[in-house]
Amino acid sequence: MTEARKRIALWLLFGGPVAVFSVWAIADNPPLYFKTLLNGLTLASLYFLVASGFTLVFGLMRNVNLAHGSLFLLGAYVGWVVGENTGSWLLAVAAGFLSAAVLGLLMQVFIFRFMEGQDLRQTLVTIGLSIVLADLMLWAFGGEIYTFDPPAWIYGSTVLPVVEKFPTYRIAVLLAAIVIGIGLWSFLARTRIGMMIRAGVDDRGMLAASGVNVQLVFAITFAIGAGLAGLAGVVGGTALSISPGEDTRYLLASLVVVIVGGMGSVVGASIGALLIGLAEQFGLAYAPTYSVVFTFVIMVVALAFRPRGIMGRAG
Amino acid sequence: MRATKRLWIRTAVGAAAAAALMGSAWAQETLKIGLLANLEGPFAVPGQDGYRGADMALKEKNGMAGGKKIEFVKVSSDATPDKAVAMTRKAVEQDKVQIMIGPLSGDEGIAVKNYAKTKPEITFINGSSGAQATTLTDPAPNFYRFNTEGAQWMVGLGEHALAKGYKRTFLISEDYGFPYSQVQGFMASYCAKGGKVVDKAWVPLGTKDYASVIAKIPKDIDALVVVLGGSDAVNFLTQYEQAGGNKPMIGGSITVDQTVLNYKGKRRESLLGTASAGPMADSIDTPEWKKFVADYKAQFKDGFPSPSLFAYLYYINTRATLEALDAVKGDLSNGQKAYRDALQKTSFKGPAGEVKIDANRNGVGTTYITEVTKAPDGSFYNKVVKTVPNISQTLGLPEAEFKKMGLGSRDVPDCRK
Amino acid sequence: MSASQWRRAMNSAATAAAPSTAARPPLSPRQASPSVPGVDPIASPGWLARLGARIRLRHLVVLVAAVAYPFVASPFFTYQIGAQSLALGLIALSLTFLGGYGGMVSLAQMTIAGLAGYLVAIFGTSSMVSISLGWPWWLAVPFALLGATVFAAAVGWLSVRTEGIYTIMITLAIGVAFFYLAQQNYTVFNGFQGLSKIAAPELGGIDFREPVPFYFVALGCALTGYFLVKHLVRAPFGVALQGIRDNPRRMESLGFHVTAHRVAAYAVAGLLAAVGGVLMVWYNGRISPGTVNLAQMISILIIAVLGGMKHPIGAFIGAIVYVLLQNFAIDLFVRERFNLVIGGVFLAIVLFSPDGLLGLWAKLRSSLGRTQISHQKRRPQ
Repeated sequence: MTEARKRIALWLLFGGPVAVFSVWAIADNPPLYFKTLLNGLTLASLYFLVASGFTLVFGLMRNVNLAHGSLFLLGAYVGWVVGENTGSWLLAVAAGFLSAAVLGLLMQVFIFRFMEGQDLRQTLVTIGLSIVLADLMLWAFGGEIYTFDPPAWIYGSTVLPVVEKFPTYRIAVLLAAIVIGIGLWSFLARTRIGMMIRAGVDDRGMLAASGVNVQLVFAITFAIGAGLAGLAGVVGGTALSISPGEDTRYLLASLVVVIVGGMGSVVGASIGALLIGLAEQFGLAYAPTYSVVFTFVIMVVALAFRPRGIMGRAG
Repeated sequence: MRATKRLWIRTAVGAAAAAALMGSAWAQETLKIGLLANLEGPFAVPGQDGYRGADMALKEKNGMAGGKKIEFVKVSSDATPDKAVAMTRKAVEQDKVQIMIGPLSGDEGIAVKNYAKTKPEITFINGSSGAQATTLTDPAPNFYRFNTEGAQWMVGLGEHALAKGYKRTFLISEDYGFPYSQVQGFMASYCAKGGKVVDKAWVPLGTKDYASVIAKIPKDIDALVVVLGGSDAVNFLTQYEQAGGNKPMIGGSITVDQTVLNYKGKRRESLLGTASAGPMADSIDTPEWKKFVADYKAQFKDGFPSPSLFAYLYYINTRATLEALDAVKGDLSNGQKAYRDALQKTSFKGPAGEVKIDANRNGVGTTYITEVTKAPDGSFYNKVVKTVPNISQTLGLPEAEFKKMGLGSRDVPDCRK
Repeated sequence: MSASQWRRAMNSAATAAAPSTAARPPLSPRQASPSVPGVDPIASPGWLARLGARIRLRHLVVLVAAVAYPFVASPFFTYQIGAQSLALGLIALSLTFLGGYGGMVSLAQMTIAGLAGYLVAIFGTSSMVSISLGWPWWLAVPFALLGATVFAAAVGWLSVRTEGIYTIMITLAIGVAFFYLAQQNYTVFNGFQGLSKIAAPELGGIDFREPVPFYFVALGCALTGYFLVKHLVRAPFGVALQGIRDNPRRMESLGFHVTAHRVAAYAVAGLLAAVGGVLMVWYNGRISPGTVNLAQMISILIIAVLGGMKHPIGAFIGAIVYVLLQNFAIDLFVRERFNLVIGGVFLAIVLFSPDGLLGLWAKLRSSLGRTQISHQKRRPQ
């Protein structure tokens, strides 16, 4: 079978049932279908925001940062404190980004720099860090639930065709994810540092050989990746509250998104996020009992066909 | 001089040793009581309040009961039954406690009850676990629960909902044992008196994004019945408001309790008026409750603004334990038979009503119907609107009818049309 | 991840100081271990003599201590500390085998153990008569082991197509998927509540639910597992596995079927974990999704790393330390900060002594001036 024919066969195999289901669902209850579709898109945006940092760090430094969820949670808590004290939600977002970026920078410079090449050890260290950070945050912030207070023009609902009332905030998250996604992509594709990062992903040795300060590039990348997690923490915390345990939840989500989409690829993260976000929402709406398992089944199936993820590349 | 110095030192040491030995003969007998709650896991914060409740009960008795000094051996679990049993076993077999108070959550309670059956010489008293099955299915003769359980907590709410005109409702609930009991308690009388629960949305435990569930809410219902706890409740309420929802809500016992009303962030006006039910409420207007709240506030500066459900439940169970000890003057001999007889007969006026147990060693108590109201200082609290006393595990139904219904599950009870 | 990087991560001076039993034999399976040159380790007529030559005093001491332990310790210590450490250690041993010798760190070992436990409940007797089939234990247990091993092989088949850190991520995701399946499904797994009243059998008048008999069952299984692993890593299978760990491409070119070897390794590790799982379900008398949640999965990794993944005994050392901490941390430290203590210890070990407690011990010994026993020439990295 030629490559093209195989592609068509795969599209039919997976697209077919989806199309059939969509036709049935639209006929049955159109507002529910489109609402779920929008919900899935917006959830996907949130997942994309969280997973983009994860995949960036892995892509360049081969570091599976399992403390990514802790960075998410830390950004959320710090952002909340700043938001409470200044009354500005946008400042909270900025604070979330910065605090996580700083912690990420410290982690890279003081810990991971000395473990170049020892991927397994790095991963184990991130596991240990995530356990320690989670407990420290429980100690500092307690077990209560924290919610954010976004400005009124984001909060509330808007009226859209077909779906009627839809939360404005989720639309805002969708827009934010698109903006950040494009921004990240342009950063990687158009700026000099982005070029160095991409070169490093392909061949770290050559990058060092061409005189670039590799450690600086690593530090910047880790800081950006961690900052994205913190930003997602505030954004996600506004949509769905913050409490202990959110770190593992978003870590697992990032993990599945990145496995499905492909490690090291921002486009892959967006594709993975779309798949997982849509699957989760449609599952919750139409088959709630096993909706969560559904997410992981997708992951397993994706792996069976493409072990490196949909957009991943070998090596 | 040196010899005198040595003599002095030896005398001092000898006197100290003698004093220590005599001191131990003087020291009162200490009775160790095990105390199990959660300091890790999803109930870490309520667990701390549970310990506070138990400490309060002990302090009321000045640390003594039955003529002996009481020492709590505190152990902690993380809401998994395995750890609850492991920590109970440690307290019983390693620390050698003779009475065990705990655990906190429903499934832990069932596991500890099963363990209790293997240790007939120890008496187990519940902490705050509220699963029906603990005492209804295969009960242990040495496991006592002075508090009422999840289904009992919702009795009376059905009538209240009908009185408010909510004839058709839609249920959104977490998908595990405790909510099943709560829903059964609500629906037992709600359905019998003509209410309809049009459909049930069972959401997996830990779901954060309720957007799709909210999308499924039908338009032609009068109210939502929401049985979610903790952060799930906060998420649902905020998301429902964001999605433009405006149906009134009826909440389960932990849907609009202290932990939820106290979340850090802006108070949402849409919460006001939500009806709920439980074994206690923040605003019971009796002198006993007011004293309980005042004592809690005085003793625990780092606690909640008002004692939570868990503080209350651990308090009444611990107080029952200690009062029974007083009644038998600390006699735990003969397989603790006299003590257990005393426990069966123990009854007192607790902060939230009469505390006593039935023949099955399960609590019979009062349920309070509440509504969320705004206090003068802007904070939210649960105002008592109705008191329903003397509720037993048969939920107000005749025993035969209750047995026919069986324990709550996803499809029991059911009244769609 | 390249083979040399892996070796660098796992190697340290400690390897050289480790006893002869931990020495990695060279690639060619026919070249025998340095301690007994020229003797085929498998079908040797003088195996008894060979065995005698390899038993050291410390092996005897540990064995005697393990056997005598229940008679000197209290029933609580025998059961909750002793038996639990052995069962957990067996599950961690499966990870040590898979990760240390096979280079595949799988976080799904606890999942496999949990599945074996669930199968014992489903095939045998439990609190839910509607779910359990009621088979006698000598039928239920072998089928449970079989089922769990098949599942392990399936996990292996899925994970083997990925390498290194991918394996961690994928096995983590599989484990979490199983957790949610067990939590949501009521017809087979009884959901959130799980299944209880699962008891070890009574045999020949001995009730294996009692602390001392159960301890000996656990000890027997642990010893069997330990010797199985030790034997396997010196057998052609284990040697080839280590070769695949170090350089899969070379092994492929030598004619070894790399994927099949790896899947087989997963199956063997799965069997070990499954036995550990059966012990755990008998120990707890119940099983629920909480037994296989994320925290438990990670704790197996913590135990294996804590003890040291270089030698099978590390798994049991890690398990003993972990169980002791879990039971007595509340008495020693600030009660609420147990996770901080465990996480901090784990972090310290990984940062400063990647070979776990065994590595620390070896470093201590060498720093106290004992001669280094080195069977291995330093390979150029």
